[in-house]
Amino acid sequence: MNQTLQAARPLAAYLAEPAARVSLIGARAYLLEAPGELNLEAQRRIWALSQTLLTRSDIETTVPGMTNLLVLFRQIPPEPAPVIEELQGLWRCADPLQRSGRTHEIAVCYGGEHAIDLPAVCDRSGLSDREVVRRHHQARYSVFAVASAPGFGYLGGLDPAIYMPRKQVPSLHMLKGMVTIGGMQSGIAVLDGPNGWNAIGFADTVMFDAHAPQPALLAPGDTVCFLPERIEL
Amino acid sequence: MIEVIATGPQNTVQDLGRPDHRHIGVAVAGAMDSLALRTGNLMLGNAPGAAALEVQTFPLQVRFSEDGVIALTGADCRATLDGRDLLPWWALPVRAGQVLELRHPRKQARGYLCVAGGIKVPQVMGSSSTALRGGFGGLQGRPLQAGDRLVAGAARPCALPASGFGVQPPAQALAAAFPLDADGCLPLRAVPAGEAAWFADDLPRFWAQAWKISPQSNRTGYRLAGEPIQAQDSREMRSYGLVPGVVQVPPGGEPIVQLSDANTAGGYPKVAGVIEADLWRLGQAAIGSRIRFVEATPREAIAAEAALQAYLLDVQRLVESAA
Repeated sequence: MNQTLQAARPLAAYLAEPAARVSLIGARAYLLEAPGELNLEAQRRIWALSQTLLTRSDIETTVPGMTNLLVLFRQIPPEPAPVIEELQGLWRCADPLQRSGRTHEIAVCYGGEHAIDLPAVCDRSGLSDREVVRRHHQARYSVFAVASAPGFGYLGGLDPAIYMPRKQVPSLHMLKGMVTIGGMQSGIAVLDGPNGWNAIGFADTVMFDAHAPQPALLAPGDTVCFLPERIEL
Repeated sequence: MIEVIATGPQNTVQDLGRPDHRHIGVAVAGAMDSLALRTGNLMLGNAPGAAALEVQTFPLQVRFSEDGVIALTGADCRATLDGRDLLPWWALPVRAGQVLELRHPRKQARGYLCVAGGIKVPQVMGSSSTALRGGFGGLQGRPLQAGDRLVAGAARPCALPASGFGVQPPAQALAAAFPLDADGCLPLRAVPAGEAAWFADDLPRFWAQAWKISPQSNRTGYRLAGEPIQAQDSREMRSYGLVPGVVQVPPGGEPIVQLSDANTAGGYPKVAGVIEADLWRLGQAAIGSRIRFVEATPREAIAAEAALQAYLLDVQRLVESAA
């Protein structure tokens, strides 16, 4: 993957920014959450921070989330305070990492039997089903992170007009392949089973193959375009 | 070397999991009681992470098609070999044709059947562990079923007395470092997590009460039943990476402890994280039993981890002195 660092951000940006929030999960894992909006700029800094940390021998792995980063140390740090301070310092210095990933065109059948939550998205947005679908496939999405389930890509770039919060109670019988909206994110379900996101269509694309040399189709920094193969309204 | 005659529905091949694929959303998986797996393997001269059978539904009945050596660790599954009672935490030679049965444990939840050489299945993403939700790893990504045949890897020769040998179960050997409450409630050390403060006045109740492990509990996570705790903050969280042991609180207010097969990321507020050194005990906590959370520091987690390492070293020394 072709990766370059952008020019350093202006000094004022460093000074104005509140500190990142850092908390513990157990004794060995630290979660750094970027302050500010959920946007690609913040995510690019998360990627940069992750890349920096992965070169260190005291860190076992990192798991990028949505403008946050889980950092797993090899040994339990005895005192959290210096670790938190260090991670906050590294965040301040993290310049956005540009990733020129691949572009995936994914054919989607919008509407129809799998679009079980399309009426709810229409209700919330006040838009027609045709307009919700149009706004969904006209956006270009960035893969922010691949996490949660095998090969599941969290896609940023949703049109705010079709924002739809996750369900309070997950639907039990969601299908692999459902094209969904969860808050300001979109994604393609990779497993059958309970899922709190809202389905508006279906894509018959293999997102994950455990036996392939590169099991996940999507990688952070990739671009996803949804092609409306069929619209059943 | 093993033919499955009868099995419960949720028994799988597990090793120490695949920790290196979290960045593509792959759960770590692996034995719920990793201490039992490691110990069983050490007793047989295997690598600590060799694959074994994790037995959590009973009875399991298997026939050995070749001579070999096995170790039984984890929950006391009242095992019999050709109808003769076996002791728990015991390694012994078995002969071709013998039938081993594991029955429902009276205490604890999961037994481990380790074999010299380890269970040999194709490695998927660097591990033999079964990923049930993903449908890969282990035996074609599925639980054991009657008629399955499992092969053992090449074993190091080990001279074992015909009656075998045993080790002291960690629940006894480590009773000082890993105590149990007088009433049987299991204390789990946990570090407060990012959203603990969201629970405001309900937070003391999270730490104080005994939570019951509900029937909606499995390798993915345990759902706890008790007096709910409610977050005073209802912000929608951005999905974050998580590790087994994280205690999340969904809107209903009854916590979930994520375990071996947990998703690699989630979005519920997290109130605490159980220290890794206590997860083997949680993996052995049966449905219906009670647990409580004890606030702990990283230094206490380091001490607990050291106690586990000392136990494993003792097992190693015992095995070496016997050889």
